[in-house]
Amino acid sequence: MEIKNKDQVERKIVIPGEVISKGEDYLPGEGTEKIGNEIIARRYGLAEESNRLIKIISLSGIYEPRNGNLVIGRVENITFYGWVIDLDSPETSFLHMQEVPKYINKGGLSDVLDIGDMVVAKVLEITSRGIDLTIKSRGLGKIDEGIIIKVNSNKVPRIIGKAGSMINLIKEESGCNITVGQNGLIWIKGNDVESELLVKKAIMFVAEKSFTQGLTDELKELFKKEKGK
Amino acid sequence: MATKTFKRPDGRKVDETRPMQAKVGVVPNADGSALFSFGDTIAIAAVYGPKKMHPQHQQDPEKGTLRCRYNMISFSVDDRIRPGPSRRSTEISKITEWSLEPSLLIKNYPNMVIDVHVNILQANASTRCAGINAAAMALAHAGIPMKNIVSSVSIGKLDKNLVVDLNKDEEDWEEGEGSTDIPITMTPNGEITHIQLDGRITKEQLKEGIELARKSTKEIYEVQKKALKDSIKT
Repeated sequence: MEIKNKDQVERKIVIPGEVISKGEDYLPGEGTEKIGNEIIARRYGLAEESNRLIKIISLSGIYEPRNGNLVIGRVENITFYGWVIDLDSPETSFLHMQEVPKYINKGGLSDVLDIGDMVVAKVLEITSRGIDLTIKSRGLGKIDEGIIIKVNSNKVPRIIGKAGSMINLIKEESGCNITVGQNGLIWIKGNDVESELLVKKAIMFVAEKSFTQGLTDELKELFKKEKGK
Repeated sequence: MATKTFKRPDGRKVDETRPMQAKVGVVPNADGSALFSFGDTIAIAAVYGPKKMHPQHQQDPEKGTLRCRYNMISFSVDDRIRPGPSRRSTEISKITEWSLEPSLLIKNYPNMVIDVHVNILQANASTRCAGINAAAMALAHAGIPMKNIVSSVSIGKLDKNLVVDLNKDEEDWEEGEGSTDIPITMTPNGEITHIQLDGRITKEQLKEGIELARKSTKEIYEVQKKALKDSIKT
């Protein structure tokens, strides 16, 4: 049943300026604009229709932060009040010392997070100056071990899958802990390097073939083949 | 007046461009990239960004900035070109920027810059047109929001005959009135974003030339569209 539903979602490759649909049947969503009675694409990607709403799934472009996003970044600099984090986004992001779950003395900042450390954080607020982060929640904080890989941030929804179906499959098959940052950085932590590398391979496979139909089955095949070795 | 039966040195029809080739994703490190060629003229464009503008005093808090750099590689012509910026390449960089900017929707990227690098691998006239075509595709490939993909073509007047897409032999035409070179950039709707004119032409013939450009930019647009669509496998 589920596969049938997936096939019904019609995807069309569109380029900027292309007319996706005419008439009043559909509403313009993300990446589209309505001019007169035509819905016109504004970005390069795949046009998808659901509940009469047409939106464009972009395949490239920068990470655009939203409140509450889980992200992974690198500590770039330490200031008097906190840390400057590099999220691989043009906006600078900042983690204030009050957004750490324990009390820190001034001058003791580098004991908590030092330059070069990787950190899992959450987007607290987006201001005109940049992005404010927090690590005051469960599962957030410094990364001690494992590997980090980078994919384009626009492919993150595919890697997670519908209600986490894709990522849960990878987790189950490999037995690794995986944290997917919305900015495209992915932290993999497993019992041994082999399983971590298997996860890396699986994620790269998904990222590369992210727009083929029935990808979950193909991924299952990949795991079967890898385990047979 | 222009004659439809005018014989061009390479045997093309007056409204026929050289064979075109287009491809996206040729520079894997860049955020977006494209190759476009008119016969022997090959251009590669790579897009980086949007990213924070450096130096900081050039930042525009109102909207994003487009920064283009046009460069001819030293082996692109028979005589070696001295590498580095020249008067000509600085001018064409600016022209490329102006012809692309009206089609972009970058007001949501304040203090940021989009870098476009256009390199000419091989030159046989109409390099700026090939460069603009490649840059427009590369910008779309990089996921930059834009109104339209622009297409560019050069219109020439050889003696009294209007032709499309000049090559080097035609550019150096010396018979009769000589050669006039008119590079034009248009959106698929026929709106002009850039027009230059080098030489002499009457008002009537210029209008005729623009109509000719309108027709062949449509053909170029189809080539660009096909290249972008073919690069995604579903």
